[in-house]
Amino acid sequence: MADMRVSLCGIELDNPVIPASGTFGYGYEFAELYDINVLGTFSFKGTTREPRFGNPTPRIAECTSGLINSVGLQNPGVEKVIEEELPKLAKVFHKKVMANVSGFSVEDYVYSCERLDKCQQVGWLEVNVSCPNVHGGGMSFGTCPEAAAEVTRAVKAVCRKPVIVKLSPNVTDIVPIALACQEAGADGISLINTLLGMRIDLKTRQPVVANRTGGFSGPAIFPVALRMVYQVARAVKVPVIGVGGVSRAEDVIEMMLAGATAVEVGAANLVQPYACRDIINELPAVMERYNISSLRDITGGAIHG
Amino acid sequence: MRQGRFEIMENRPLAKDVMLLRLGGDTGAITRPGQFVNIRVEGCFLRRPLSVCDWDGEGLTVAYRITGRGTELLSRMKEGSLDVLTGLGNGFDTGLSGDRPLLIGGGMGFTPLYALAKALIKEGKKPLVILGFASKEQAVFIEEFKALGCEVSVCTEDGSLGIKGYVTRAMEGLDYSHFYTCGPEAMFKAVSDCSVTSGQFSFEQRMGCGFGACMGCSCETLYGVKRICKEGPVLMKEEIKWRT
Repeated sequence: MADMRVSLCGIELDNPVIPASGTFGYGYEFAELYDINVLGTFSFKGTTREPRFGNPTPRIAECTSGLINSVGLQNPGVEKVIEEELPKLAKVFHKKVMANVSGFSVEDYVYSCERLDKCQQVGWLEVNVSCPNVHGGGMSFGTCPEAAAEVTRAVKAVCRKPVIVKLSPNVTDIVPIALACQEAGADGISLINTLLGMRIDLKTRQPVVANRTGGFSGPAIFPVALRMVYQVARAVKVPVIGVGGVSRAEDVIEMMLAGATAVEVGAANLVQPYACRDIINELPAVMERYNISSLRDITGGAIHG
Repeated sequence: MRQGRFEIMENRPLAKDVMLLRLGGDTGAITRPGQFVNIRVEGCFLRRPLSVCDWDGEGLTVAYRITGRGTELLSRMKEGSLDVLTGLGNGFDTGLSGDRPLLIGGGMGFTPLYALAKALIKEGKKPLVILGFASKEQAVFIEEFKALGCEVSVCTEDGSLGIKGYVTRAMEGLDYSHFYTCGPEAMFKAVSDCSVTSGQFSFEQRMGCGFGACMGCSCETLYGVKRICKEGPVLMKEEIKWRT
């Protein structure tokens, strides 16, 4: 019997599969399709202190084996998420949810995290210091070790729940940033957010997305994500969540071998709405094929080999 | 929303770069005219959202213009099956139509209006239809609307068929109870300004998922943010925040 359970910062997950923030809304679009309680957990739509519309449309562009998005953190704001989205979610999801938080100042992060930390449904805070689609916030905190550490330290000071910092791949060296977050008290690291990308429409000779650039995700980025997960997992002691281009059960295992304790699935949810459910269903057979009896045993297998 | 495999029954040109695709499969998730389907095209990552032109218990029809790689690849598929999400979007509300609704299609905008005309006629209403095209070569589906029993006016930009000019030329002086429109966004403001009743607009936007998860296609309305794929694609005239 395949044992898919893993422990993420002290909370046991039935399996390591976690829909990534921004690809799963606040859960209930998918709850109409399948029982989302089969998931390990999911990371909800990046939430900010104030409501945001995000960037102008168009904000989606097709790419080879992926897409570019320039949504820019559209969300109803933390108060509405707590008052409206979480109660709606409670009806369809009975596990702890991961609260994904973004901000434009350290105070913003602290404000939203402090509130979400008090919500019984929230199991972890995922602090997004890596959104490539907003100016004067988001990724600017995740591209410098000192700024990432400052956000981490401030959030940790007001939260009792595990704080996972989500990092950007758009940096020269991700390892010092991960180490700075660990040093500042992060309970876990998730990576990678999207890669900064661009497409140009040949007819208009202008960028496809109105924001000109956006975040590139999808199966095309899997090898880049895997490499960065490996680099970070080798350097830090805290658990790592592997994110980027995962679309099959085999990818989950590969991410875990690179050092991930759990794995987020993003773009795949947008094109195959049942992607996470299918991956979870396929995992036992794939584990058997590769002689894996317990998933928790394989984390970092490629590091220590 | 429902995901299913649909057999390609027919995929043929209607005009230059305009295709009609008939798919056989489970249409149980489609509840209203004006809804769309999202089709997986082999070789593309994102699905292609297309308005439902017609449907029955056996299958559905979509019409599309070949505008890029996805529709080009789709146009070459003559047999086999496709992975399709059905029952997407809110669709048109026929309850507001009154007895003499006006349907205004610009270019490919005729697509959801055909299913709408059928539904309205079934409800005993008498739709008036205005179809606008760039030229005679692009003018399609006129006979199909007439065959339903609709009164049809045609406009072409170059005057090669029907009235010369935009659809608003044909709207002047018409007596109607409500309007429904689909077409290029540039046409919408003119239609809205020219209209004398309330109406419904079917919008188009680049979509990531088509079912409300990615927030890629959102738009601001006078009554808050709406996702074109979920709370749309049909918006009421009174809620539209026109881009200036």
